[in-house]
Amino acid sequence: MSKTHVKLKVNGREVEGLAEPRMLLIHFLREELGITGPHIGCETSHCGACTVDMDGRSVKSCTVFVAQANGAEITTVEGLANPDGSLGVIQEKFREHHGLQCGFCTPGMITRAHRLLQENPNPTEEEVRFGIAGNLCRCTGYQNIVKAIMAAAAELNAAKEAAE
Amino acid sequence: MTDQTMTPEERAASLEGMGCRRKRVEDVRFTQGKGNYVDDIKLPGMLFGAFVRSPYAHARVKSINADAAKALPGVVAVLTAEDLAPLGLHWMPTLAGDKQMVLADGKVLFQGQEVAFVVAEDRYTAADAVELVEVEYEELPVVTDPFRALEPDAPVLREDIKDQKEGAHGPRKHHNHIFTWEQGDREATEKVLEEADVVAEEMIYYHRTHPCPLETCGCVASMDKVTGKLTVWGTFQAPHAIRTVVSLISGIAEHNIRIISPDIGGGFGNKVGAYPGYVCSVVASIVTGRPVKWVENRMENLMSTAFARDYWMKGRIAATKDGRITGLWCHVTADHGGFDACADPTKFPAGFFNICTGSYDIPVAYLCVDGVYTNKAPGGVAYRCSFRVTEAAYFIERMIEVLAIELGMDAAELRRINFIRKDQFPYKSALGWEYDSGDYHTAWEKALKAVDYEGLRREQAQRIEEFKAGKTRKLLGIGLSHFTEIVGAGPVKNCDILGLGMFDSCEIRIHPTGSAIARLGTISQGQGHATTFAQILASELGIPASDITVEEGDTDTAPYGLGTYGSRSTPVAGAATAMAARKIRAKAQMIAAYLLEVHDDDVEWDVDRFVVKGNPERFKTMKEIAFAAYNQAIPGLEPGLEAVSYYDPPNMTYPFRAYICVMEIDVDTGEWQVRQFYALDDCGTRINPMIIEGQVHGGLTEALAIAMGQEIAYDEMGNVKTGTLMDFFIPTAWETPNYITDHTVTPSPHHPIGAKGVGESPNVGGVPAFSNAVHDAFRAFGLRQAHMPHDHWRIWQIAENLGLHA
Repeated sequence: MSKTHVKLKVNGREVEGLAEPRMLLIHFLREELGITGPHIGCETSHCGACTVDMDGRSVKSCTVFVAQANGAEITTVEGLANPDGSLGVIQEKFREHHGLQCGFCTPGMITRAHRLLQENPNPTEEEVRFGIAGNLCRCTGYQNIVKAIMAAAAELNAAKEAAE
Repeated sequence: MTDQTMTPEERAASLEGMGCRRKRVEDVRFTQGKGNYVDDIKLPGMLFGAFVRSPYAHARVKSINADAAKALPGVVAVLTAEDLAPLGLHWMPTLAGDKQMVLADGKVLFQGQEVAFVVAEDRYTAADAVELVEVEYEELPVVTDPFRALEPDAPVLREDIKDQKEGAHGPRKHHNHIFTWEQGDREATEKVLEEADVVAEEMIYYHRTHPCPLETCGCVASMDKVTGKLTVWGTFQAPHAIRTVVSLISGIAEHNIRIISPDIGGGFGNKVGAYPGYVCSVVASIVTGRPVKWVENRMENLMSTAFARDYWMKGRIAATKDGRITGLWCHVTADHGGFDACADPTKFPAGFFNICTGSYDIPVAYLCVDGVYTNKAPGGVAYRCSFRVTEAAYFIERMIEVLAIELGMDAAELRRINFIRKDQFPYKSALGWEYDSGDYHTAWEKALKAVDYEGLRREQAQRIEEFKAGKTRKLLGIGLSHFTEIVGAGPVKNCDILGLGMFDSCEIRIHPTGSAIARLGTISQGQGHATTFAQILASELGIPASDITVEEGDTDTAPYGLGTYGSRSTPVAGAATAMAARKIRAKAQMIAAYLLEVHDDDVEWDVDRFVVKGNPERFKTMKEIAFAAYNQAIPGLEPGLEAVSYYDPPNMTYPFRAYICVMEIDVDTGEWQVRQFYALDDCGTRINPMIIEGQVHGGLTEALAIAMGQEIAYDEMGNVKTGTLMDFFIPTAWETPNYITDHTVTPSPHHPIGAKGVGESPNVGGVPAFSNAVHDAFRAFGLRQAHMPHDHWRIWQIAENLGLHA
């Protein structure tokens, strides 16, 4: 199958490569770029383990062709740590509130939480629950994930206020 | 603060030992996407395998033509049963003493069965090649109903054993029959039933479902032809057992096989068994000389690897007029699918279902289980429960509710008057178990009080009046559940899998500078072993948990163990951890005494040091002792500070719980909402309360899924109707309630640290709590039994059948 040239920005880094037109974004990230944070859980858009940020929107990278992502800016969980390598606020809150167990849904969940808090910096519990309903977790029962996201929102808002 | 100024309590707290809500050490990796799961493994020259699967549930395979697939550029090999037969690998033994086709040998027995294995340069080419393999089938009559399967004229499913009168578990009485397993006293039980004041009888169905961890099953097999060493990375809940099985079926010497379980994205029983994908990957790597990866997709996962439950449980329970239970009778028709691939200890073909007398003091009982072949996928795994314990819990907790209806009694009171009393432990059950410890009444009273049970009943009565008066269309259900689990398999004298005793192990090495590494025979799939086992060691050894590395899952380095499932890690490997630590402490005591120039008996343990008795100013810390072990010649002692323990538990452990679910149900739409869920767990000694609570939240959410909608459903043709996450219910954050967790602590008397295991309790006890809430909402209108899953449509049907829509 003939290949098409793709160029995108992943976690702030320009990358390019050749890919079959049918190649999915998740496979390009994982197999061509070695970015294995986003996972494959269902390949049908239901579980959200493959969630990445594409041009400021959460997308399920198992149902996006890499060709569609040509020219796009992608952020994965690998891009959410602080510049000094320490855990970002959302990552830290997931750890603090035991918002993960097996860790398989975690990269998608954190990436989704990151976008959710951009869309709605001060969500209610109900809004958090609705906002992450596209990401499945089999281990935690969500209770501590919700708690972690609420705590992250509070901390990010407090930091923003302090800065203003 | 220095060692000298700290109180013993402060020193203990600084260790982050048992009882501490220690943050997980795993999370720094996982939150950054730095986990290493099997699909993350990429080896040079690695190929990708994919299966051609049967679209039919029962068919003869007339021919397989792989020419077009082989001609596709990038395809390296296509394996069929014909290729595996010369190696004797076209069939493989199952954990239940049966055998299973690796690739279709003349026929297929369930939809999704593996027919051919395509190996290609990448996963896209493999998927293309799968489409190019032409298989000619001749359809055969399909049997998906286990009762139909046992009729005299039912089609023969397993032609390979149709004339075999004896199976792995005794006589077979029909060509589709697998085994009969009887426990208890049939004659005495039937006599009690005949003479009882009251007998309640019901058929309880626990439907077929699936563990569905977020990561599917998979492996990477790599045969190094130069060294003759086979390495297999895979989603294995029992890596050592897999190594032994691979050796036995492949003929490769066990020392030449290395099994590695990397990070596992949830297991819940799905990853206990051995699957055709593993065998095919190994063979493909041997044939091609290159590493081969196989990872199933979600549809393959739901269709072919490891279903759970599918038990038809007919029960009869006898009682006096005032509600004292006098006997329990149960017959189970167990649908095992096309092959008996249950993951149970060898002597227990229905697992520990004989725990079905539950938390109650039932003087006499009888249980009979018949296993049956049907045209469904094999499996029968313990989906987040000890072997068949969830089925048992659901059975008894439904039977109690049915009996309460029969007696016109309150179900909480009926439970209370029948609980095994605290003073009866250790308690011998009528079906053969010895419960180690329990205090059911205390837990039950605490739970009822916490939810204001009396108040809830008053509210419910009022709601019923309002409903009858046309003022509301919502009913209130109060779901009760109290169950005793049996976990920690198990004593080698009666528990083995394929002849391997179910002990477990821990090896500890203390480094000269006082930090340590511990390796165990278990493997975490999210339970947080690297965190909690270090806590046990911190308390036992006086070394800070943060100075202890816990490693699992590599058979070349970890001591032999039977793996993680059935809540056995803490009861068995946790015990081994404590015992190995105590061996180290015994040697440390001798070293300390030598260094302090006193007799061994003149020093005593104090949190993180040995002190001279009566002179606490003179001591040697564990850190000092560790260094001495490596730099001093101590008369009569070998250098070094290491120990290993293989722990064979004297008994199982018996955690218990009291759960109460309050549910609102809309009679017209069948929609439900969990208003409150109170969960009291008693898992004995608590190692890390934060992790315990997380386990309870997760297990309850799995229980919610199972009770309220999750199922593997088949149509009459044997087509899987729920093969994607569109149809197979997994609750999102939106449907999932917040849970209130609580606990009592009744330590296990025979476990070194008194811990009983917790991971599975909430699934086991949660299912009856949710289901009983649905039943309870309709009890006043005459509902006695409605089969799960209670999805909106089925709840609407309950209301319709009770005439509530008129």
